[in-house]
Amino acid sequence: MKTITRNLLSTAVLLLAGSTSALAASEADFKAAYAAAEAANKEAAGLRNQWTTTAATLAAAKKSADSGDFDQAVAQSREAEALAKASVFQATSEKERWKDLEIR
Amino acid sequence: MSPRKAISLVSAALALAFAAPSAIAADTPNPMADAKAFQKFFTTKFPKLKLEDFVNGPYSMNEDLYKQWQEKEQFPPYEFALEAGKEMFATPFKNGKTYGDCFPNQGIGIRQNYPYFDDKEGKVITLELALNRCREANGEPPFSYVKDEMASLTAYMAFTSRGKPFDIKIPDDPRALQAYQKGKEYFYTRRGQLNFSCATCHVQEPGERIRAEVLAPALGIMNALPIYRSEWSGMGTTSRRLVTCNSQTRAVPINPQDEEYRDLEYYLSYMSNGLPISGPGARP
Amino acid sequence: MASTIRVRATSNGDITEVQALIQHPMDSGFVKDAQGAVIPAHFIRELTFEYDGKAVFTADWGPAVSKDPYVKFSFKGGKKGDDLKIGWVDNKGTSDATTAKIQ
Repeated sequence: MKTITRNLLSTAVLLLAGSTSALAASEADFKAAYAAAEAANKEAAGLRNQWTTTAATLAAAKKSADSGDFDQAVAQSREAEALAKASVFQATSEKERWKDLEIR
Repeated sequence: MSPRKAISLVSAALALAFAAPSAIAADTPNPMADAKAFQKFFTTKFPKLKLEDFVNGPYSMNEDLYKQWQEKEQFPPYEFALEAGKEMFATPFKNGKTYGDCFPNQGIGIRQNYPYFDDKEGKVITLELALNRCREANGEPPFSYVKDEMASLTAYMAFTSRGKPFDIKIPDDPRALQAYQKGKEYFYTRRGQLNFSCATCHVQEPGERIRAEVLAPALGIMNALPIYRSEWSGMGTTSRRLVTCNSQTRAVPINPQDEEYRDLEYYLSYMSNGLPISGPGARP
Repeated sequence: MASTIRVRATSNGDITEVQALIQHPMDSGFVKDAQGAVIPAHFIRELTFEYDGKAVFTADWGPAVSKDPYVKFSFKGGKKGDDLKIGWVDNKGTSDATTAKIQ
């Protein structure tokens, strides 16, 4: 009986954890997502390879948060983070890949 | 063979395959060989053009554009900036000195020597940088690198060098070679969300269109600057063009006259050694 | 202040070809500046070329004409050495005029 309850409980917890995206995002969720995006963009800045769209998406995320739409704000922050990460990847891989285009 | 072993073998093979190009790049830069290959690439791609035609950018790529441009050159839109530049150049600073005092030959007919590598400072000096340093050395505030006054001044200086071939020097100094190499790498490196490098448009697709514009070949691309660009309804400097090219690929531009841009200008100008200065220019 | 009008007129004995480049912002009144404020309309309303006391070319312009307009046209007649008068007036009442010799 105890095992079943425990299993049921853990399943319930897992289900809840998996479905947080279905629940409304909180300001804390936004802050965390935004911070992650900013950190990735900062890394891109260090490589002198930021994208304009990253900055634009971050700004849009902030705007959504300011108007209280945290779902949108979190989604946009995640997109900004993806863009920033892609720009970091680009900078790193291009350190060798540039040769592909070189006229020889 | 176990799957794991097979995978590691394949990865090793792949790693080797990708490692090979870096072995080639480990050589010391050879600007002369690069320039030869660069010019050969474009003259082969456009056999009907003479070498000096490449300085006309998109106009040598498209007959209709060429006709319109020839007409426009009778009364070029950069005339106002050119006249303003001539006047500015002759006007002394508050301390009585002039721009001419900062440059060899009083600044006349020297544009084709820029950029050059300054061995004392160990960096590339472009014409725009030199002009602002001249101002600051004489107690005047520097101009914005992307607009008006800087464009007028460089327009005038380019005009006094019209027809003179680019004569960029790369001294036998590892720092100069490194600056050259960095400029070259910048040129071929993809950037921005659109993942374009300078080469993507100006090496792979000269003469083709990007939206409504005809792309210019990279050979001779520095020779017509600064330009009156119809799109800008005004003049723009080399700095302006580099910055806007960056933002057009959705890359955040670095600051005008940052090291990367100066090194890039050094590389591109050297690639066009022998081609005549045609600035100031007009572009769509 | 230097003239805003650059002009070149050449006659082949029969026809005179005129080219002119005029320095003017030609603000349409529809463009906003970096702060979001509308840049007020400021454009040439009328441009006239006169030869021998008669108008050989008149342009009624508006906000659709771009900055630093360039004009090219030809007219019958016009002799080398004769004067060609050019003048413009804009929507603010500012004007400029110049006289050029036909070459």
